Amino acid sequence: MFPTPIAKWQPLNRNLYRIAVPVVLILWLLPLIAVLVTSMRSADEIMAGNYWGWPRDFSMWANYKEVLTGSPMLKYFWNSCRITIPSVLLALVLASMAGFALATYDFKGNTLLFAVFIAGNFIPFQILMIPVRSLTLDLGLLDTVTGVVLFHMAFQTGFCTLFLRNFIKQLPYELIEAARVEGASEWTIFHRVVLPLIRPALAALAVLVFTFVWNDYFWALTLAQGDEARPITVGVAQLKGTWVARWNLVSAGAIVAALPAVLLFFAMQKHFIAGLTFGATKG
Amino acid sequence: MKSQPPRSPMAARKRRAALLFLAPAVLFFTVYVLWPIGQSIVLSFYEWDGLAPKVFVGLANYRELIDDDTFYKALKNNVIWLALFLLAPPIGLALALFLNQQMRGMRLAKSLFFMPFVLSGVVIGMVFNWFYEPTAGLLALMVGHAMPVLGDENTVTFGIIAAALWPQTAYCMILYLTGLTAVSPELIEAARIEGAKGFTLLRRVILPQLRPATFIAIVVTVIGALRSFDLISVMSDGGPYGSSTVLAFFMYEQAIKYYRQGYGAAIAVVLMLIMLVYIAYFLTRMIRQEREGGR
Repeated sequence: MFPTPIAKWQPLNRNLYRIAVPVVLILWLLPLIAVLVTSMRSADEIMAGNYWGWPRDFSMWANYKEVLTGSPMLKYFWNSCRITIPSVLLALVLASMAGFALATYDFKGNTLLFAVFIAGNFIPFQILMIPVRSLTLDLGLLDTVTGVVLFHMAFQTGFCTLFLRNFIKQLPYELIEAARVEGASEWTIFHRVVLPLIRPALAALAVLVFTFVWNDYFWALTLAQGDEARPITVGVAQLKGTWVARWNLVSAGAIVAALPAVLLFFAMQKHFIAGLTFGATKG
Repeated sequence: MKSQPPRSPMAARKRRAALLFLAPAVLFFTVYVLWPIGQSIVLSFYEWDGLAPKVFVGLANYRELIDDDTFYKALKNNVIWLALFLLAPPIGLALALFLNQQMRGMRLAKSLFFMPFVLSGVVIGMVFNWFYEPTAGLLALMVGHAMPVLGDENTVTFGIIAAALWPQTAYCMILYLTGLTAVSPELIEAARIEGAKGFTLLRRVILPQLRPATFIAIVVTVIGALRSFDLISVMSDGGPYGSSTVLAFFMYEQAIKYYRQGYGAAIAVVLMLIMLVYIAYFLTRMIRQEREGGR
């Protein structure tokens, strides 16, 4: 192990290390802690200028209630759900089929197609912006949830295909051959043999893509104006203008927007990190 | 693989299956990603406000770009972003080495260190807006006097980059933490027996084994730097006086605020050409690996 495990350190250094970790952690998260504390402060205290002293009265519930009922944030939160969940599911469906095909069939253009899916991930969004906006407008889907979902689904399919193709390639090919010999159709092979084996990869992708789409701001700005489709990221960005200098409410709004992705991360940490660091140990 | 076998029923069946399995993904990816790239390139030769008919103007948009001060400002800021963003991998490595210990509560600590990566750019922007608040923010409190980081042309870009480095460093940290688990313990022990330790051990033995993690960390950091948009939009809106703009934001501004879609497309094409260098690098490496490691 590198660095030397603390178990082999001198006791003094070991104890110093035990203190250093939480101290560095608090410094690291200081900006976030500041927002968290501010979101619990009452308006009076903010007015009186007590920004950083210990709050005299906690008005966490009042603040969060005001954010959820006194602004359309709850509606935006719901829009974010309606955008994110279908995007993730549809991208996984498309990508698991495409990844399966790229991993198991040898055909002309296979590598080229794979390269295109990879390259698509790194393209700057701006090069897609105007045409995608025009297309969504022509389809009559501008400022609708469906319009945003279609884009996210298509774009995330690239990343998911890359990921799943590599994952399926690592499975023992004999399994597929054996199923074929036993007379299974290609669809059965995909559906009965491969899908159950790639479940961990699908879980990892689901959490990753969920956070990508949930946290998206650029496409929401481009494709989803208007209360019917606007997701929570755009909602939070607007709070600054709605509640000028009412930092306690703006902070509470930011926390609400961050919560689903954070909770999902903590609930599915292992999958999340496995997905994110795929390829960091080999190659 | 053997040379193309004669058209057996099995080959035909596989070909049909490949086509059917790929069709939906390829269709949507083409419509929403590939085709739009082509359309943007074509559009960059036109003048278009989004409503009236497009007018072909040849290279006029690009010629205008060459004389546009804002373009150079954006380009310069992109370079600053890129240079400073590359601090994320080494700081991430330092954090990973710091945290690569076994101790009670370490798993939780690592997760908390990583948490900024899970926050959206908008939330990060809000968090740092509050942190940088000129008179009441935590930073002003720490330095002891009012400090308008985001209101000053000379500091605004650095202020935003510092905020962006937060989640990016967390990302690099997790890549390295994962990389460290794969470093062979025998090799470290052997090096230790031969007397290598500390920095020499890191440089000679550990870093070479962390190369895959470093590669990914650098690629995602470069792409992240060139893609920067959310934080700029939320923290400074490109200001004051356009001083914190970058190509991605400049493009959006021209296309949406000023209805100059052809000009915007030209900016996007330039941005894509810059990124293409890195994409090509990544792809060739990936495909070379594929060739070497393929079955």
